[in-house]
Amino acid sequence: MSSIMAAKVRQKRIAQLIARGKRLDGREPTEYREIQIESGFIERAEGSARVRLGKTEVLVGTKIEVGEPFLDTPNEGVLTVNAELVPLASPTFEPGPPDENSVELARVVDRGIRESKAIALEDLCVEPGKKVFIVFVDVYVLNHDGNLIDASALAAFAALMNTKMFNYEAKEGEIKIKPGYKPLPMRNYPVAVTFAKIGNKLIVDPWLEEEQVMDARLTLAVEKDGKICATQKGGYGYFTPQEIFEASKIAQQKSGELRKLVVKE
Amino acid sequence: MKNPRRRLLKTSQKKPEKLIDENDVRYDGRKLNEMRPMKIEVGILGNADGSAYIEQGKNKILAAVYGPREIHPKHQALPDRAALRCRYHMAPFSVQERKSPAPSRREQELSKVIRESLEPSIFTEYYPRTAIDLFIEVLQADGGTRCAGITVASLALADAGIPMRDLVSACAAGKVEGRLVMDLNDVEDKDGEADMPLAYMPNQNAITLLQMDGMLTGEEFEQVLNMALEGCKQVNQLQKEALKAKYVVAKEAETEKEEEGEKEEEA
Amino acid sequence: MPVFYERRQLVTPGDLLAENEYINGENTYKENGKVYATRVGLFISEDKRVYVVALKSFYVPMAGDTVIGKVLEVTLGGWVVDIRAPYLAMLRASDALERPFKPQKDDLPSLFDVGDIIIAKIVAYDRTRDPLLTVLERGLGKVTRGQIIEITPTKIPRVIGKQGSMIGVIKEETGCQITIGQNGRIIVSCKSPEDERLAIMAIRKIEQEAHTTGLTDRVTEMLRKGTGEKSKKEVVENVTKET
Repeated sequence: MSSIMAAKVRQKRIAQLIARGKRLDGREPTEYREIQIESGFIERAEGSARVRLGKTEVLVGTKIEVGEPFLDTPNEGVLTVNAELVPLASPTFEPGPPDENSVELARVVDRGIRESKAIALEDLCVEPGKKVFIVFVDVYVLNHDGNLIDASALAAFAALMNTKMFNYEAKEGEIKIKPGYKPLPMRNYPVAVTFAKIGNKLIVDPWLEEEQVMDARLTLAVEKDGKICATQKGGYGYFTPQEIFEASKIAQQKSGELRKLVVKE
Repeated sequence: MKNPRRRLLKTSQKKPEKLIDENDVRYDGRKLNEMRPMKIEVGILGNADGSAYIEQGKNKILAAVYGPREIHPKHQALPDRAALRCRYHMAPFSVQERKSPAPSRREQELSKVIRESLEPSIFTEYYPRTAIDLFIEVLQADGGTRCAGITVASLALADAGIPMRDLVSACAAGKVEGRLVMDLNDVEDKDGEADMPLAYMPNQNAITLLQMDGMLTGEEFEQVLNMALEGCKQVNQLQKEALKAKYVVAKEAETEKEEEGEKEEEA
Repeated sequence: MPVFYERRQLVTPGDLLAENEYINGENTYKENGKVYATRVGLFISEDKRVYVVALKSFYVPMAGDTVIGKVLEVTLGGWVVDIRAPYLAMLRASDALERPFKPQKDDLPSLFDVGDIIIAKIVAYDRTRDPLLTVLERGLGKVTRGQIIEITPTKIPRVIGKQGSMIGVIKEETGCQITIGQNGRIIVSCKSPEDERLAIMAIRKIEQEAHTTGLTDRVTEMLRKGTGEKSKKEVVENVTKET
């Protein structure tokens, strides 16, 4: 069994407190842990950001390359998101090919960005049907202390916001690089808000020990105008429709607060 | 759900110009809140402990259950309950352009969320240290395969005699050309504005699977969710009928013999 | 009157069977005062108890049960046996040999080898470990002749009948030796293959029609017809032999 499994006594304590509307670390049910965002952390990447959400730490690097578009979208660039649960981040992460948790994490982060049309993919076309820019978003989890989804989504968003592309000239299908940079064209600012259900209570931004006690998890990604662009339920429990509606309203509100940390308006 | 990894053949299938006409009739003739016709059969595979098959529109999906049985590898055993293991897989010929048999990231994610949608319904705590293995094979796909897969997997579990709290019924709803619709097929999912697959246990009023991709206002989100719930309730009725159909012949034989009067005790 | 189904009505998992004062029995569970079915089966309510006769379920080991198993593996100290349950069973050498086990002298495969069918009794079973078997009782041990058939374990009581009435009829009419395992396995050993076939047909009929009434009579009739035909055939053969 994992050495980070909270003792049963502690688990019970967490559940008892939450039933009374309190959390072990003193937070309110809808309160996030302290968030620190550091942009441009990795110079070699076209864009990067390191997010600390409490003790959870995620690093995202973006790279831009040239490649072929998908056949059904010949005039659009390509977005691809990958996530790695690096073994040093937790005693429960093992080296090896991506497991279902890292696949789910990548796809949920991807969904928020893709469905909100955050990146103007049509501006990334060099030669229709032949050459487009591919934006690689690589999520690197460095320390797992709960709520990897929100930390990763926030880091991906911040990394994309400081991603720079080289200026170029397309001549006869060849790309000539010109001096200077321009920012990656971003049109929307998606933010993910994740809830844990413990007993009959919903709490926002579960930390690791709360995640170990939770019945189920619900993530909602919200774009800049308050529309919901992605939803994912996880875990072995369930939600009632009422709980989901309640969460969606809280998510719309919290996403605004988180968005301000990245986009100074 | 938009699958960016899917590539179309150069000679792709003809797409209708409009998916929904001015009278709110969808291009396949359905009303906005109408599900595709469904045919469900239970107990059709000989070797599996439980099995079920569904045809929903062009979807053809098979589910089979083995277990509870000894778990291999041993380290996956859980001390206090059965481990539910699930594999959602699409046959290479199930989609327009041949899909490689190797599990894709989408199949990995779906295997996980489908497992999480069914586990709350099973009394896994009755069989510690065993495995319940669930296999979902998509033989032909036309959108909404994870919902149809969950629907038929739940029946396979019941067919295997595994004790359950409730059946799990699944249905998707979404938004296409500005209108809210139920049970999106592949074209509607790819070209529509939003798709929300949902799985539900009616007794507990419990939503065990919820995903959404697209863009919906808070109000639309609520309306689409309620529409999907309605669909799940309809699916639940069909599931019950399919389970009973297997034993109806036996029931008819029973009512015949009731006249014979002699009552013998059964276990 | 908070019972929602009629006697012997078919129910499915999750169906609400009863409310409040009812006690939940087999194949049901109670939550918030409501009793629900957990398996597909026939609804029964007796006094204040509601339960479901499951149409299909698998065998769950119980200490004291006689089971028919198949040896899967010979290990250092005993055998691993498949008893058609979610758990594999263990037969330790000490529960198979009448004297203390001597690893150097005793050759376990010569006693029971992989593939052998054995009749055993479950000595112990609980949630924390696999069922333990013994063969050290009368009537237990290796099966050397006959056919083995498998039926749904829930139908075994029906095959036995009230105070052994049903199985008694089959034994009498066919002259076969029949051993019944609680785990849904039955060994049929007769003097002739026709007798075996007849006995197996009878058992299959019981499995199909287990939930009906008047079954014992119908099975008796079927067996008598079968043996009657057989004796007719014998007479014809004898007659043709003579002529």
